Amino acid sequence: MAQPLPFVLNVPEIPEDHDREPSPYDESEVHDSFHQLIQEQSQCVAEEGLELRQRGLGAAAPGTSGSGRQALVGPEDAAAYSTATLRILASMPSRTIGRSRGAIISQYYNRTVRLRRRVSRPQLGGVGRSARPSLRLYDLELDPAALEEEEKRSLLVKELQSLTVAQRGHMLKGMPLGLAEKRSLREESRTLTGKPRERRGRRGLFPCCGWLRDTCVLVGASGLGWAQGRQVGGGALVPSCPLGGLSPPPPPPPPPAQPGSWGLTLLPFSPWCPQALHGLGLWLLAGLHGLKPWRYALKRIGGQFGSSVLSYFLFLKTLLAFNALLLLPLLAFVVGVQAAFPPPASPGPVPAFTGLELLTGGGRLTHTVMYYGYYSNSTLNPPCVPAPDGGQCGRETDGLPYNMPLAYLFTVGGAFFITCITLVYSMSHSFGESYRVGSTSGVHAITVFCSWDHKVTQRRASRLQHDNIRTHLKELLAEGQLRQGPRSVCGRLRQVAVLGLVWLLCLAITLGCTVAVYAFSELMIQSPVSAEQGGALLALPVVVCLLNLGAPYLYRGLAALERHDSPVLQVYVAVCRNLILKMVILGILCYHWLGRRVGALRDQCWENFVGQELYRLMVLDFIFILLDTLFGELVWRLISERKLKRKEKPEFDIAGNVLELIYGQTLTWLGVLFAPLLPAVQIIKLVFLFYIKKTSLMANCQAPRRPWLASHMSTVFISLLCFPSFLGAAVFLCYAVWQVKPSSTCGPFRTLDTMYEAGKVWVRRLEKAGPRVSWLPWVHRYLVENTFPVYLVSALLLAVIYLNIQVVKGQRKVICLLREQISNEGEDKIFLINKLHSVYEKKERSSPPVF
Amino acid sequence: MGGSGSRLSKELLAEYQDLTFLTKQEILLANCWLLLHPLHPSGSSRASPSTVPGTQAHRRFCELLPQEHRSTEESLHTRVSLEQILSLPELKANPFKERICRVFSTSPARDSLSFEDFLDLLSVFSDTATPDLKSHYAFRIFDFDDDGTLNREDLSQLVNCLTGPGEDTQLSASEMKQLIDNILEESDIDRDGTINLSEFQHVISRSPDFASSFKIVL
Repeated sequence: MAQPLPFVLNVPEIPEDHDREPSPYDESEVHDSFHQLIQEQSQCVAEEGLELRQRGLGAAAPGTSGSGRQALVGPEDAAAYSTATLRILASMPSRTIGRSRGAIISQYYNRTVRLRRRVSRPQLGGVGRSARPSLRLYDLELDPAALEEEEKRSLLVKELQSLTVAQRGHMLKGMPLGLAEKRSLREESRTLTGKPRERRGRRGLFPCCGWLRDTCVLVGASGLGWAQGRQVGGGALVPSCPLGGLSPPPPPPPPPAQPGSWGLTLLPFSPWCPQALHGLGLWLLAGLHGLKPWRYALKRIGGQFGSSVLSYFLFLKTLLAFNALLLLPLLAFVVGVQAAFPPPASPGPVPAFTGLELLTGGGRLTHTVMYYGYYSNSTLNPPCVPAPDGGQCGRETDGLPYNMPLAYLFTVGGAFFITCITLVYSMSHSFGESYRVGSTSGVHAITVFCSWDHKVTQRRASRLQHDNIRTHLKELLAEGQLRQGPRSVCGRLRQVAVLGLVWLLCLAITLGCTVAVYAFSELMIQSPVSAEQGGALLALPVVVCLLNLGAPYLYRGLAALERHDSPVLQVYVAVCRNLILKMVILGILCYHWLGRRVGALRDQCWENFVGQELYRLMVLDFIFILLDTLFGELVWRLISERKLKRKEKPEFDIAGNVLELIYGQTLTWLGVLFAPLLPAVQIIKLVFLFYIKKTSLMANCQAPRRPWLASHMSTVFISLLCFPSFLGAAVFLCYAVWQVKPSSTCGPFRTLDTMYEAGKVWVRRLEKAGPRVSWLPWVHRYLVENTFPVYLVSALLLAVIYLNIQVVKGQRKVICLLREQISNEGEDKIFLINKLHSVYEKKERSSPPVF
Repeated sequence: MGGSGSRLSKELLAEYQDLTFLTKQEILLANCWLLLHPLHPSGSSRASPSTVPGTQAHRRFCELLPQEHRSTEESLHTRVSLEQILSLPELKANPFKERICRVFSTSPARDSLSFEDFLDLLSVFSDTATPDLKSHYAFRIFDFDDDGTLNREDLSQLVNCLTGPGEDTQLSASEMKQLIDNILEESDIDRDGTINLSEFQHVISRSPDFASSFKIVL
């Protein structure tokens, strides 16, 4: 009976993990060290003098027979074991952890110990083999479970007490125990040192009052709890924040538990507390939806269509955030400032607003903050505006000069930089989420264990999910059988031929589209349209959008010819083809703008033209998406329901829709230099798109039948957003800033050779200004103009990537080794089980059962 | 009205926040579901459906509680029977709903949930719960006979739950056997014929989609 304690206390002496998180997600946690068990059991047997000892000798003696059996008796034969063996098996820690509270408590005790040790001192070098500590509590069910649990519990409480408040809270949160259990653990770990007497006295009282009092004790005990309590009470006006640490400093703790004083403390609260809380509750509920836009809509989509379709809408939300990030600095430093100090109006008459401008972006909108051309190339000075005639208003004397060209350049650059950082961060985060070492193996188990989407709340959707999972499982099983039988040479040849043909056709279509766009753009240059005939300006964007709309359907038709083995591959191929098309078309357009248009529009503001062109492309893209939604989804559903009498609705094409979003985002990034308000347009477009797509989805579509690796695909999409889309836009803009001569009639850079000159001019002026800022020109000369830092940074980047790859490789190796170790120990286990079995068999034969 | 006491006291609320992965809003929302009857149509007009979308369905649920239990904190100890929980819109289409309720129930007969059990449930299924916690409870949900391991019967029951309730929708016996063999082959690392918690968590840890699918949106 006294045995478990020394065992338990031994546990911390085994440094289990060197520097890893003590979570079962570690490979090391999976493994069961059975040689420890052997030692322990033999020790246990020797000390306690069980009957097993007498038999143990007998069992150990015919080791040859035992090892002979080991090969024969596999796990499948477990049913053949006697009840006693089964009972022992059932009380093994590897099984109890899944069901008994005692085992959970002891497991978390060990984790707590590890957590504490890690905090207090660095881990020593690893001991190769380690037992799962809970194993040591295993005592052949000689102890009544209750007693054991009580002991483990007190140990756990002790350990918890030695943690900091935050760690304790974290630990408690993550324990797989009931709330009541957690609460009592928390209370004990807080009050045991202070007032154990009181805790014991409370036990018999009616619970609600006890809670209240306890929570008040807690409130007194820690400022954190108090701060939170205060927030709840008085927070009706204060926005809630998750950490209590931000609220006002904790007042002096109320005197510890004396029944009289509680009444006093609580009295002032009681009259207003319910009302305030009620108001607070409603306020919070209302605020909830302000904080999480579209929460309810997203919930409905998730409930009806599952995670796969939801990922599209989440991606849309991400894009919204990116655009907001881009727009905010532009609004603050460029658009807002220029709108506050408008440049002198252009001499020509202001054209009337016709409505067509919303499509073309020209006409009335041309000379507004919308486009590059409107921004002035001077420093803006507020006091000079009211006195236009005077020379008495000196630039240096009044206020801070605001250098518009510089602000324009740096704001766009800065916003792009922020976007880049965020994008790379979210991409790496997404990779971390979705990329798991060894995730390719074990597809059956993962499908069965992880495929149910608990978000689904509709019966119909649930039925659909049943169907999908069933189909998927059957496919997996059939695939396993197929893989065993090799395909005939002829069939493989035919497949390769079809694949090659389809790819050729797809590339030909892409080439055709590219040539068409190029020819059409040349045509547009040769027959220039004046700004008045707005409609004609729409010709090129319409052609581009038509190609963008039509080609994917052609691809889809062609893809029906080739039968890919895996649906995931099919999606990838479709994404790849569409992406190539879109990027090539955009590339041609960029060449058209920067290479041809700049030359063609010598005396005009070519930046404005490019901005307008991108605006037109964006608006028309939106319109074509609407048309696609209408005809591709609504009309198709009607046709398939009415004419073809099909029960099924068309599937929502996630990949295609996401690519549309990426394309739209690329347009925004390309145009942000020439039309600073383009992100705002994009935001409006995305908001509309959300509702339109949602409505269409609810009415017309169903979730895709194929299994969809949501997190994997969202990683792919965010990478696509980063790699061709953002990078391409960045290259385009860098070229425009560094190489292209800005037009001489408009815009903030009208007197300069390139936009980049603005920075140079400023640096030169700083050099003249004095020695105080002389470091800046130095930085400019050695870091910006010199190419060496670029090489250095890229070399560092490559080194980091290389290191990461090596780390992953190493992890893979470690996993393989651990796997081997585990399977060896599994053999040990089988051997032990067989041995136990034989022991009991003998015992049963020789004497009546003891247990 | 008795409702003045039926809201959570701020201490309790803070405590729930400390012990679960739920935010204040979620706890209050959960409380609305089960107990608060200001959201009840006759209770108050302050909460319009536009502020709390989705509560219309839950109001019905609030009505399920007997009137006398709605007041004071004793309501926190009122147990709501399994059938009532199962009729929640968030659970009713879930094939594991009975298991979920049983795993989270703390009553001796495992046939009813208190408010705290319910909070536990929501906490495990919330956004922020650790994958460790989620996989632990997933294991217990899948362990149909509560014996601490997933054996062949558990697995076949699990697969049946996944493929649908009807006889015709289930896999054939040979398919089932092959599937279970494959699963054990892949995940039973120590070859004892069953999948224990560690092995289960190991499998789960390789699936990035688990955390996002093991989620119930409040």
